[in-house]
Amino acid sequence: MNKFGLIVGMAASLVFSVNAQAQQRVKFEYWHGLTAQLGEVMEAHCKRFNESQTKFEAVCIGQGGYDKAEQNTIAAYRSKQNPTLVQIYDAGTVNFMLSGAIYPANQLVKDFNLKINWDDYFPGIANYYATSKGEMWSFPYNSSTALMYWNKDAWAKIGKTKAPETIEEWMADLRKMKAAGVECGFAFDYDTWMAMEQFSAIHNQPIATKSNGYEGLDAEVVFNKTIFVKYMQDWKKALDEGVARIQTAQSGKTKNQAFADGSCASMLSSVADHGVMNSTVIPGMNWGVAMLPVYEGTKRQNSLVGGASLWVMQGKSKEEYEAAAAYLQFLAQPTEAQWFSTVTGYIPVTNSGFKFMNENKFYEDKKYAGRELAIASLTATPPSALSRGIRLGNFTQIRAEVRAELEAAFTGKKDMQTALNDAADRSNQILRRFEQTFKGKNLP
Amino acid sequence: MAIPPFRYFNYEFYMNNRSYFKNNKLAAVLIAPQLFLIFIFFYWPASQAIYWAFTTQPPFGGGNEWVGFQNFQELFNDKVYWNSVYISIKFAIYSTCLSVVLSSVMALCVDRQLSGYQFYRFAFFLPYAIAAPAVGLAFRFIFAPDAGFISIINNYFPGSWNPAMNGHDALVLIVLANSWKMAAYNFIFMLAALQSIPRSVVEAAAMDGASFLRRVWDIQLPFLTPTFFFLLVINITESFVDSFGIVDITTGGGPARATDLMVYKIYTDGFKGLDYSMAAAQSILLMIIVISLTFIQFRFVEKRVHYR
Repeated sequence: MNKFGLIVGMAASLVFSVNAQAQQRVKFEYWHGLTAQLGEVMEAHCKRFNESQTKFEAVCIGQGGYDKAEQNTIAAYRSKQNPTLVQIYDAGTVNFMLSGAIYPANQLVKDFNLKINWDDYFPGIANYYATSKGEMWSFPYNSSTALMYWNKDAWAKIGKTKAPETIEEWMADLRKMKAAGVECGFAFDYDTWMAMEQFSAIHNQPIATKSNGYEGLDAEVVFNKTIFVKYMQDWKKALDEGVARIQTAQSGKTKNQAFADGSCASMLSSVADHGVMNSTVIPGMNWGVAMLPVYEGTKRQNSLVGGASLWVMQGKSKEEYEAAAAYLQFLAQPTEAQWFSTVTGYIPVTNSGFKFMNENKFYEDKKYAGRELAIASLTATPPSALSRGIRLGNFTQIRAEVRAELEAAFTGKKDMQTALNDAADRSNQILRRFEQTFKGKNLP
Repeated sequence: MAIPPFRYFNYEFYMNNRSYFKNNKLAAVLIAPQLFLIFIFFYWPASQAIYWAFTTQPPFGGGNEWVGFQNFQELFNDKVYWNSVYISIKFAIYSTCLSVVLSSVMALCVDRQLSGYQFYRFAFFLPYAIAAPAVGLAFRFIFAPDAGFISIINNYFPGSWNPAMNGHDALVLIVLANSWKMAAYNFIFMLAALQSIPRSVVEAAAMDGASFLRRVWDIQLPFLTPTFFFLLVINITESFVDSFGIVDITTGGGPARATDLMVYKIYTDGFKGLDYSMAAAQSILLMIIVISLTFIQFRFVEKRVHYR
């Protein structure tokens, strides 16, 4: 074949193959924000969908992190190149609600007659992502909550077989374990999700006024006036006494790694890490998970959901929405909930998913035992105005401010109360700026 | 940031004969493509940034609200911002001094052409070919207080090195990482400058009995002053605008903002915080600082530089 014929042939086959594919399947783009092992699970989930039917095709593209997924979606939206479906983390919820760039989930369900029962979602999960009127604008997807990971062998040294239930008991255990030869009883980092957000929810303490911001953009943070301050002071005391340690990537080992290799006996982390922990702990180590400890005399509230939800974006064709809707319907099946929880540590988001998994004796498997505590923690009580969630503008920056001030306090540059007062001042500046930027807009 | 080659040897020519094009049309055609690129990649984005800096802008775009100098006022009243300026200056001075000194020592050694110098010439340049995040990652592992090579000093003097807890150590860490990378770049310029010094001069001194150090001090270093000046400008600019990758990987700006350089703060405010207008205002200020530092250097330092 001569050169010209070859090129014509190639061009023709390209055109035909594109046509053939277009006739076969409607494609839609889906951006996710998970990486490494969990990122592979996202791709696998799309593959399962693509193999389950022949009409639609999900094109999954990892963005290399939750924050990047949000940044890239915004940049793409501004140049009209955005995907149909995108996975956005909890802290990005406000931005998306106010963006005017989304196709509300409840509207999509109505327009495409999806079989989604909003009441089936665990209230703790639904409320976090719902508008103040209780409408769902995004689909809860990978969800988790915080648990305490504890080393049973270390606790056995002080003759205990149960994880501490109160913070007082926990702190006393750390000291006893130190005396019994456990060098590091508790590893922590500066992440505010466990330390501040989950703690405040289960103690029913406000992080900000106006029901943590749900009732308006003029909310002000108050975390420097609650028992959160005492909690951090207790951590600082444990650190100073040498019974706790700060473990970050910068110090060489993260808290999860320090727990997995047995060097620190407890830590707080997401239930999503349960799967990874299973495969990384040193052989022979006995460990378990427990609900986050509370202060004595506290009535435990539900903990907060963490993770991400799926948002449908504006500006796409009807066919693409139809395809995305089919994918969302696919994800809502109990079998998918079970598959997803098996390959990750994420929890089912609906009652029916949880029931299905219980019927299949999922939680009786030794590998997954303990994960039901996440559901128990999340559903401990019906959500209150303070344990419903956090709806503060630019919450990512507020987290960063608190983190920076906690660093200052834990490294001894500032007293804890002063540090948290400073963090609160700066957080309020961020909130006022956000309010100004979104002048004239109201939270839905 | 790409750095155009700096032809210091042209200066002599430039100072003595001011030559210029007589054919202005041809000149315009010749420089048009370059001007077009500069417009697309510099003037246009910079003008956008200036516009954003005087507005508040919602992340998803649309509805920029004109606020005048409010963004700048907020920055000037912000202790955290001044802290970041202070740290950036400290970082620029330390890493420039360290990398220039280090590279001149390396270049002087390679210039002596001891056995195996070709290998060293190659090896000394390699670090500059490594991307900043990779440098950061390597330094994070090597200098990790719990597990790195350097953790051995914590065995003998507990608590003496911990960039995760001690802001001073963290700054030392990013200065080391940045200097290691920049020294490689400087080395090439130093070596080229040394090799352009007429051999006869150095050899004559040697025959007169001048020791190696005496020759370095009295002949080679004075010849290097234009190069020193050039590297000073480039290194200071570079450490202001191109230190992001290293900070992001090694310290993340912490602990307690001890390594929150200006360029890193622009990134966190703009991309993490989605406050594009505040980030734009900071970019403008950073640009002003870099331009004025360069101006000062050309205005005052250059006068002390001898080109021959």
